Amino acid sequence: MTKTTSLSIKKWFETEKKQFKSDDKSAYFFTLPYVLLFMAFIAIPVALAMILSFTTFDMVSFPKFNSLNNYIYLLTADEEFMRYILPNTIKFAIIVGPGGYILSFVMAWALAQISYKLRTVLAIILYSPSLTAGITMTVVWKVFFAGDESGYLNFILLELGLIVEPIAFLQSPEYLFTIMVIVALWGSMGVGFLAMLAGILNVSPELYEAAAIDGLKTRWQEIMYITIPAMRPQMLFGAVMAIVGTFSAGALGVQLSGSNPTPNYAGSLIVNHIEDYGFIRYDMGYAAALSLVLLLIIYFFSRLSWRLFGDKD
Amino acid sequence: MKKPYRAIKMNPDKWSWDQMPFLLMVLPVALFMLMPLIYIFNHAFKPFDELIEYPPRFFVRRPTLDNVLELFQTATTTGIPVTRYLFNSIVITAIVVFLSIFLATLTGFALSKLKFHIKGVIAQINTLAMMFVGTAVIIPRYILIEQFGLIDTFYVHILPVIAIPVGLFLVKQFIDQIPNELIEAAKIDGASSFTIYYKIIIPLIKPAIATIAILSFQAVWNDASISATFINRDSLKTFAFYMQTLSSSSNVVAGAGMSAVASLIMFVPNLVIFIFLQSKVMNTMVHSGIK
Repeated sequence: MTKTTSLSIKKWFETEKKQFKSDDKSAYFFTLPYVLLFMAFIAIPVALAMILSFTTFDMVSFPKFNSLNNYIYLLTADEEFMRYILPNTIKFAIIVGPGGYILSFVMAWALAQISYKLRTVLAIILYSPSLTAGITMTVVWKVFFAGDESGYLNFILLELGLIVEPIAFLQSPEYLFTIMVIVALWGSMGVGFLAMLAGILNVSPELYEAAAIDGLKTRWQEIMYITIPAMRPQMLFGAVMAIVGTFSAGALGVQLSGSNPTPNYAGSLIVNHIEDYGFIRYDMGYAAALSLVLLLIIYFFSRLSWRLFGDKD
Repeated sequence: MKKPYRAIKMNPDKWSWDQMPFLLMVLPVALFMLMPLIYIFNHAFKPFDELIEYPPRFFVRRPTLDNVLELFQTATTTGIPVTRYLFNSIVITAIVVFLSIFLATLTGFALSKLKFHIKGVIAQINTLAMMFVGTAVIIPRYILIEQFGLIDTFYVHILPVIAIPVGLFLVKQFIDQIPNELIEAAKIDGASSFTIYYKIIIPLIKPAIATIAILSFQAVWNDASISATFINRDSLKTFAFYMQTLSSSSNVVAGAGMSAVASLIMFVPNLVIFIFLQSKVMNTMVHSGIK
């Protein structure tokens, strides 16, 4: 057994060496810096999260192996996680991810049928919120939703006589989540939207004309059978960007309400829970287990979009 | 009666009234997107009495520069002038944008055009890493950065953010479009790989360069989390971080003028750069598809 493995390793090494000989050596120099930085700040952290998730670690003493305890705790004992964090994260992801994605597609589709100058201006406007990565602009939304009568929304509602006294929107568990969704959707039309717009504009007009001759009956059929299939690669890129954008927006609830955990955990997502355990309670092992769960969720959604839009072979 | 079906007309040359329905689809969303931005533009130039007045008004009536002056003159609670944060942000952003362009183009060139047998694997791992969400692994990142001794150094602003998987992906896709014959011809003329990169590739991929420039500019200029997580010394923190503390610590309404100026300083460079480079970005995005 060991002999065969060592033999196959040796064989693998031989072929690698042979291939390396015919390689362009400068390619290695060119890729090395990127690969090193990639390893140091992306790959190794992921690997480290995996290892640490099986330990107890408080940043002071050396990590102690505790097998699956963190995961058992996560599934059975972390009441907030099961009751608030996980449902919140899934709900947020399902509304903001596909919501922002579909909005981006519809907007790109409509924009593509408008003349160049007007289209460019409108595209810049739609893209502009994501220029600030969403979070920077929470200051604006904070004033809009401010809890006293000087907040715009409270003022409007008071004027209309819909409420008698101002509502503390950002501190209230009832409203915080909805506000987070609104702010996230506001900033959701980023690089993915631009890619889809470019993709739609790039579909050849002959395709549409041929399909019309072949008997397409409605605009809807055209979108489903021509537009989307023709720009599938951009749809996939857009989907991946939507997923990443959605899960990166996790700090929103904490930003808006000003506290972690958010009031009654109403706006807390996994990302906040990770920071709560990691930087407030110094339970790094458990925080690492949470990180891994988050990465798995992201991976799951990405595979799903790969299924939908990837090459079918 | 239903209109008969006609093939769609994308990318029309001129405005015509047929386009009205599409404009009506986009306009409400565009207004919603624009509202907060109009708001900060107005709020930033409101005098104090308009900031606190009740009922609150959306538009500024007597614009002043008071808030700008206040932002730059008020000593921060830490005693560090705002200009210091701004200076940090500018220097960090300039270095990161330059380095990320350099690395992404160099690596993209190698992955796309040079012959070495592990390039497929690297490209695949990089595509997978586009899904990577930095905040997810903030804990192990923290531990590593601490081990590297980067806490409270200038480098921690720079090193972790240079490698941008999406940027490399877009550049590689773009370089894939360049015909191989061009590179072969240069090789026959005796050009080294670096000469080919510098003399042939770089001039041809300007649109892709513009795109990574924007991506990395946005990522760095807007980032407050590195200052919050890895930096304790106030003199090394960035403007984005300062802005965040400003909006969370000060009274929401009275400090809102200063916050609005700060967000304007954050936002306007993003916007200007994007407006200048948008046609190049769109050009790159045509090749953005994941196949």
